[in-house]
Amino acid sequence: MATRTQEVTARGGQSRHRALGLTDQAALRMYEVMRLARAIDERMWLINRAGRAPFVISCQGQEGAQVGTAAALKPGHDWVAPYYRDAGVILYFGMTARDQMLSFMAKREDPNSAGRQMPGHYGKRQLKILTGGSPVATQLLHAAGIALASKMRKEDAVTAAYFGEGGASQGDCHEAMNFAGIHKLAVLFICENNGYAISVPQSRQMAIQNVADRAAGYGFPGVVVDGNDVLACYEAARHAVDRARRGEGPTLIEAKTYRFTPHSSDDDDRRYREAEEVALWRQKDPIQRYAAYLREAGVLTDEVEREVTERVTKEVDEATEYAEQAPDPSPDDLLKYVYKGEVG
Amino acid sequence: MARQTVIEAIRQAMDEEMERDPSVFVIGEDVGRRGGVFLATDGLHKKYGEMRVIDSPLAESCIVGVAIGAAVNGMRPIAEIQFADFIAPAMNQIIEEAARFCYRTAGDFNLPMVIRAPWGGGVHGALYHSQSIEATFSHIPGLKVVAPGTPADARGLLKSAVRDPDPVLYLEHKRTYRLIRGEVPDGDGLVPIGKADVKREGKDLSLIAYGLMLQYCLEAAEKLAQDGVSAEVLDLRTIKPMDEAAVIATAKKTGKVLVVHEDNRFAGIAGEVIAVIMEHAFDSLDAPVMRLTAPDVPAMPFNHVLEEAFMPNVDKILAKARELAAY
Repeated sequence: MATRTQEVTARGGQSRHRALGLTDQAALRMYEVMRLARAIDERMWLINRAGRAPFVISCQGQEGAQVGTAAALKPGHDWVAPYYRDAGVILYFGMTARDQMLSFMAKREDPNSAGRQMPGHYGKRQLKILTGGSPVATQLLHAAGIALASKMRKEDAVTAAYFGEGGASQGDCHEAMNFAGIHKLAVLFICENNGYAISVPQSRQMAIQNVADRAAGYGFPGVVVDGNDVLACYEAARHAVDRARRGEGPTLIEAKTYRFTPHSSDDDDRRYREAEEVALWRQKDPIQRYAAYLREAGVLTDEVEREVTERVTKEVDEATEYAEQAPDPSPDDLLKYVYKGEVG
Repeated sequence: MARQTVIEAIRQAMDEEMERDPSVFVIGEDVGRRGGVFLATDGLHKKYGEMRVIDSPLAESCIVGVAIGAAVNGMRPIAEIQFADFIAPAMNQIIEEAARFCYRTAGDFNLPMVIRAPWGGGVHGALYHSQSIEATFSHIPGLKVVAPGTPADARGLLKSAVRDPDPVLYLEHKRTYRLIRGEVPDGDGLVPIGKADVKREGKDLSLIAYGLMLQYCLEAAEKLAQDGVSAEVLDLRTIKPMDEAAVIATAKKTGKVLVVHEDNRFAGIAGEVIAVIMEHAFDSLDAPVMRLTAPDVPAMPFNHVLEEAFMPNVDKILAKARELAAY
């Protein structure tokens, strides 16, 4: 069965991040990326509800699982295969608020897809962020293939593949873990278990408590971690990354978390979950918990907090303004890039 | 020049490409020590080792999905689907993913990868070892689909497919593997993707085909010549992107066209070929364009009487061609 990381609260110890090898600066950077992911997301909802953009899909509530695991990787060296909620991951890997807003408004400069895909369908080769589609769990096999290529060339790059507990029901999830296990590939399978696949609760998705328990069936470790504790996520990912770089193979990390918003701007979550449940989870907000820890640890002062807020707000304001002014694709763009090579 | 069978040409193409480029590797079921169920990869495991000739688990989505990831990360995978009939579990990966990587990232990502799949009937393969899948996949923008019918084209197109920056579905007709022998040129012998080839010149009517049906059309053309009918045979070779200019040229030249395929009729490749002719060569036609295809039944039955009833053959092509010639 899956191992469980030690239960730790945000106030578990003042030097927790340092014990994990994180400098104060690194710990603060993680905080700022979480804040930025949240702020962009909140702004998107405002713009969507004002009728100025057709669709939002959120990271809210899952930033701890995202940034905590991404921070254990080396951007520019390692690969990530995100799923559609992973704003925290891609921002940590080098995307910007401007990129997010350009994608949200489907502008030509959108680095993911030049305005072709819905928001949340990330991808940029230079940043080693894999492009994603809407069918879930397909990226887990791509991650195994990326890691296979790294192994063939004897490189020590690690590939982190993200998915939800709904995606865990797909055959591709099984096939990817099976293949990665056989070849001891340097893959982190990171399941952000937020309890619901749109409306379907975990109890109707699987008969077990932990997705991570399945790792045993593929011959590698499975770890359950508090997904709203960013440092616990970092710790679990760090162990998995070290293991992968040593050539010992994959790890399945299940981060138990929750989404604060409906599935998307087209969903009404009041139809399938109680407001009390959402309120309860909001009390475990990963950003607030981390802020409390950082304050306790003396890293986050009022002044630093103010600076972070100012920077984040400015970035989101400027990104929004830029994206709103940015040109749409032209009708001619429709026919481009069906193939990379010349055709006919 | 060397005389080779189709399967030998395919094997040689993979060997040469793996020799030339260390990023080329093979992944599929039984491709390793077994050398593939048709022996297409015979000897490659021994020569290149298990890291470049990978026996995959029995899972087609895995084969294609892993190949996509490897192609993202600098490799040029050749993914083998053991029989085209078993490609369905990989369709999500092929259609939703491989075919769209380039378009959905505006060219930021591209996938230099080949999916090889033995296809077609006439081998007592029944419903699940005989299917034709070209129409299904040719409908998908972003994919290239090739279906060579001769050893030289099999080698040349496979080598071009490996070097192509986009995903190529490479269909090899399993009945032709050891049936068809032909000259294979020295040197690279690359055959460009997207170019059809006039395999026999003629002036009275045109037979357009690919794969095994190309061979049957060539045999039919020989017999038609004895009747005094001069039949041109155009080998599409690449189904997508189709060489429309070559189709139009032969239609304009002879004014009478018969399209032959063993895939079933509805929304088949013949329909597309005929549409191209109607759009661009209507004024040159001396007869309605005709097609000879498999019937719209789910697949080819095991029993030999039913199998023969399903498959177009030389006699059926002759009968249809004579009808066309007499029009």
